[in-house]
Amino acid sequence: MSDKAPSTQLPDTGSGSSADGGRSITGASILLDKVTKRYPGQSRAAVDGLTMEIPAGKIVMLVGPSGCGKTTTLKMINRLIEPTEGRIVLDGDDVTGINGDSLRRRIGYVIQAGGLFPHMSVAANIAIVPKMLGWSRDRIAARVDELLELVSLDPVQYRDRYPRELSGGQQQRVGVARALAADPPVLLMDEPFGAVDPITRVRLQDELISIQHELQKTIVCVTHDFDEAVKLGDWIAIFTEGAQLVQYDTPERILAEPANEFVENFIGSGAGLKQLTLTRVNEVDLQSAVTAEPGTLASDVLSRLDERGHDHAVILDSRNRPLQWLSRRQLSRLERIGADRDARLPLVGERASLNDALDIMLVSSVGAALVTGGRDSFRGVIDVETIMDAISKAHEHARTSHAHGKPVGINTNSMDAITAPRPAGPEPLPPEDGSRDGE
Amino acid sequence: MFEFVGSRFDQILFASWQHFSLVAQCLIIATVLAVVTAGLVYRSPALRSAANSVSAIGLTIPAFALVGLLIAPFGFGVVPAVIVVVFFAVLPILRNAVVGLTSIDRSVIESARGIGMTRFQVLRRIELPMAWPVILAGIRVSAQMVMGIAAITAYVLGPGLGGFIFTGLSRLGGANSLESVVTGIVAVIILALILDFLLVGLGRLTISRGIRV
Repeated sequence: MSDKAPSTQLPDTGSGSSADGGRSITGASILLDKVTKRYPGQSRAAVDGLTMEIPAGKIVMLVGPSGCGKTTTLKMINRLIEPTEGRIVLDGDDVTGINGDSLRRRIGYVIQAGGLFPHMSVAANIAIVPKMLGWSRDRIAARVDELLELVSLDPVQYRDRYPRELSGGQQQRVGVARALAADPPVLLMDEPFGAVDPITRVRLQDELISIQHELQKTIVCVTHDFDEAVKLGDWIAIFTEGAQLVQYDTPERILAEPANEFVENFIGSGAGLKQLTLTRVNEVDLQSAVTAEPGTLASDVLSRLDERGHDHAVILDSRNRPLQWLSRRQLSRLERIGADRDARLPLVGERASLNDALDIMLVSSVGAALVTGGRDSFRGVIDVETIMDAISKAHEHARTSHAHGKPVGINTNSMDAITAPRPAGPEPLPPEDGSRDGE
Repeated sequence: MFEFVGSRFDQILFASWQHFSLVAQCLIIATVLAVVTAGLVYRSPALRSAANSVSAIGLTIPAFALVGLLIAPFGFGVVPAVIVVVFFAVLPILRNAVVGLTSIDRSVIESARGIGMTRFQVLRRIELPMAWPVILAGIRVSAQMVMGIAAITAYVLGPGLGGFIFTGLSRLGGANSLESVVTGIVAVIILALILDFLLVGLGRLTISRGIRV
């Protein structure tokens, strides 16, 4: 069923900023002001007096064990769940009282597996919100193609497909495209990458990061996967039951300074390793290396190694790309250096995380890796000491610096929640968290 | 037999057309009624089970008895015939419409609400199109069933092929009586097949490629 004419009824009540002029804004700030959600018949509030500031243009990750109220919190932002008490302020406007449907048209919403409408083509799915907003047909068609390209799907190939003709990852991409269709300043995501395989998930996460880099939306994303939160989040809010905000800070500081035992448990083992995912190879000081071109006398190279006190020499081709990485022993057996390419060179791109670099290093025979930059040209050598240095520096930095412009996040009904949420005893973690440590 | 059909061909054709037209129009009315009713009740579990009970019990009422009962308030002719046919046609469609509307994945509805569709838009743009294949299956069941029921309405002098069957049965043994009954039955079956074929075609045209089985 495809409605050709743009929908005529448009109950655009109140909300002044939903006019076309507002679309050039990339992100908008969100403020949850003492928001409480109580369900009838339940003694404990699902969300209890939460005040939380979400800065414009940032990715904020809401994490916590199942049933902690993080999804309820998310759905109160677009009022899919109406708060019992408190105010929702979007971009300075109190939106608690306005028409919920027109509010939701200004906020992108992505759920697990995309939530696509199976009876509509990809293009029709993406076009829904623009259609409801009364865009012209040409403008919608152009926008659909633009969005499909943004999420790396070829418009010609995918425009007219139906959701069931797409893979899980592709459906998720269309879901993101649909949420971005009317260029909303805010994007809400509810466990968006929960239903895809790990490899696709990593790719989708990387794409989300690059899309965000381009668009600078305000993104609020619910996940139960702390690693995902560390990877995507500018800020991470960790919740325990009743949406008690335990810690709201940058990933670096949460890893370096977990607020309490609950957060420590939630981070799971290997906080240090997770730190590694936060730093990129080009952010650390690489070590230089002795380099040589093919055709050089091996003895010359050996003497240069002696001079510098190095054990290995990197052989580069004419375009500065690494060909081989030779040890003293290998060099001593050669007369002249050949031009063969060693397929097993431990190479790592400079945009990779330290975690990836460490992984490559550990399997290489040298215990170090060659860093390459644009057009695979050689940048330097990264080894374990480099990484150790970087980690301790990052740790020190996170401990000492107070995050700049740290957003507010407290539960009004329990002011001490951030520092000491649980007076005594071990944290009652749901079993799933314990098991996830092993993954 | 051929003689009987040959000599009354125009009459048979006219009665067939009337029969078909009665069934088709009643189906349209029944579909609208059933879908509107389903749209009103499907969100409430209590109303939903009430609708299911009504359609289950309604189908047990003997059609012949209902036709007879309607003579008192509505007299003879087209009106009671339409009422009976619509009544029976609504039931399977209502049942399927309720099932179709309630079996849609919650996450689809949630994402429709989440992107700012009103309740009515969700019903019209998402739920009804997705439930349509199930509703159409109900319409096909109804169509088969009321083809036969429409013949019974000849008892109240309703339009259609029932006349051949009733007049034949009432003077069974007489000249051409059996031919008359057989002609009525065969014509009803042929009409049922034609209508079913048309409904399958309607499905092809109206069910989205994305949810076609």
